[in-house]
Amino acid sequence: MAFTQHYLEIDGCRINLRRGGAGAPLLYLHGASGAPVIMPFMEKLAERFDVLVPEHPGFGLSDEPDWLENIHDLAYFYLDFLRRLDLRNVLVVGSSIGGWLALEMAVRDAARIRSLVLVGPAGISAPGVQPADIFLWSPEELVRNLFHDQKLADARLAEPVTPEQVDIALKNRHTAARLAWEPRLHDPFLHKWLHRVTVPVKIVWGENDKILPVAYAQAFKALLPHAELEIIPACGHLPQAEKADRFCDIVLRFASRG
Amino acid sequence: MQVILFHLMPYADLDLESARRHPSVWVRLPNTHFDPVKGHKLYNRYLDELEYAEELGFDVISVNEHHQTAYGLMPSPIVTASALARRTKRIKIAILGSALPLREHPLMVAEEHAMIDVISGGRLISGFVRGIGAEYHTFGVNPTFSHDRFHEAHDLIVRAWTEPGPFAFQGRHYRVNYVNTWPRPYQRPHPPIWIPSQGSKETIDWASHPDRRYTYLQTFSPAKVVQRYLKMYRDTCAAHGYAAADRQLGWAVPVYVAETDEAARREAKPHLEAFRNVFLKMPIEMLLPPGYTSRDSLKNVMKAKAEIFEEITIDKAIELGLFVCGSPATVRQAFEAYWREMRFGNLLVLCQFGTLPGDLTRKNMELFARQVMPSLKGLGSAA
Repeated sequence: MAFTQHYLEIDGCRINLRRGGAGAPLLYLHGASGAPVIMPFMEKLAERFDVLVPEHPGFGLSDEPDWLENIHDLAYFYLDFLRRLDLRNVLVVGSSIGGWLALEMAVRDAARIRSLVLVGPAGISAPGVQPADIFLWSPEELVRNLFHDQKLADARLAEPVTPEQVDIALKNRHTAARLAWEPRLHDPFLHKWLHRVTVPVKIVWGENDKILPVAYAQAFKALLPHAELEIIPACGHLPQAEKADRFCDIVLRFASRG
Repeated sequence: MQVILFHLMPYADLDLESARRHPSVWVRLPNTHFDPVKGHKLYNRYLDELEYAEELGFDVISVNEHHQTAYGLMPSPIVTASALARRTKRIKIAILGSALPLREHPLMVAEEHAMIDVISGGRLISGFVRGIGAEYHTFGVNPTFSHDRFHEAHDLIVRAWTEPGPFAFQGRHYRVNYVNTWPRPYQRPHPPIWIPSQGSKETIDWASHPDRRYTYLQTFSPAKVVQRYLKMYRDTCAAHGYAAADRQLGWAVPVYVAETDEAARREAKPHLEAFRNVFLKMPIEMLLPPGYTSRDSLKNVMKAKAEIFEEITIDKAIELGLFVCGSPATVRQAFEAYWREMRFGNLLVLCQFGTLPGDLTRKNMELFARQVMPSLKGLGSAA
């Protein structure tokens, strides 16, 4: 499935948008590492959906607007994005910080959102659990800790790195820090308003997630009682990359019922 | 030239073997490594050393701020500067510096510095820093706002010191209805402001601005790097349309003087190497969190990573000018040569470093003060 790539200016910020497939709209919101390439799970979802993969303001090839100071700014940006593209009944799939972003959007205005798939989402704190200190890890430690299957980490680490990719990695890291350094990977006020999320929610978590331990899944379940939770065994922080087929099945089954 | 005795107050009793098993003595070295009884002795020894500097004829004594580390036991330089303000009579006291973005409220810094200035009868030099990268990990302060917070805190402090209160301050990071600092500082318009830096074009542009003309101190860098940044400072002043005074430039460097070159190297070796290779060691992710420096600066550091992060011997440190060491004549000639190239009006000497014990620290201070310092003080125009 071919994806197109083009730039789009919203709120004075030019962003890079990849789009492919046909069907109901599916917005993929990436996490701290960005979405530099079309991945196999995106291709597969594009067989059934109109898949939109923007790079967030401050990430990848998108601008770094002065107004971007916190996750709330990003949530309002994406609500403007949905309106600008006149997307309706959108399935929003958010990974990690992207899952947090999806929730920040949904508590504000879910009029254009049909349902949410949250993949190892950040966004809340939970007693007795601490996210990993991703900002103290070296690039290699980060990759190793993203995956349960170290063969996937080896493959990722063996890929050559261009100077442009180094620049983008530093840019992504900067924006991730701006959004999530403190409070670390959460918004201390979000939990109070999660009852406003009334659209169907599917939470997917890798059982061996080393970034946001699976204990967070139970904390989310307590705050979103109507959400369905699926824990994927032998899987790290990125089920969409590590268990792509299983992940796509979960999304398709959830969407067909929702 | 002004000569300043600078102290870091390291935890010199650190178990080095145990510390070496950790990636760094910063942020996460368990504080069970700290023995309060040994700490009691160290604090009092170090304060005695700083007080002794007045008797030896130094112009300034200096303390600084670091957090959650064996590298330095001064989370609050306010505490040490306060103690020194009462125990000394003539010598100036420099806080180099207070880490403005790490503090919850800059008005507290304005108040504390003003108190010390008033208590000491106008002997305070105020240094402002951002804190090092590790401290953003420690406190959770967002490093991507570090520069913004620093500049805004600075503006608020200087206005609090110089404008009649009460007035309102509306910033992005700090908002105050009534800025009305009691006490006001003793010195008019305010204590001299010094800016210690590891070398940054952004800092030089800001500090050298004609409205500020702050003294810029290059800390713990190879001599050629010190020279490059001090020249950049002078060039930036020239671009602003004025000639930098020598007193606007300073260099902070560890120093060890003994009877002969050979004795100096032998006595300093384990302590200097502990300073460089244990107390200063940290991974790049800890030193430079995102946003703490520009991404271009960060890339330059990544390129020079091997040079910056590898272990170093005393001989290499001397060769690079990271350390000045030798007989009184050797050290005097070295500084005179460096001065001819750089014309810094302030020399900050670190006479205790790493694990250097009290007897050697005092001998070092005495030999430096008696046999090196007098000729250095005569260099250049009076500061």
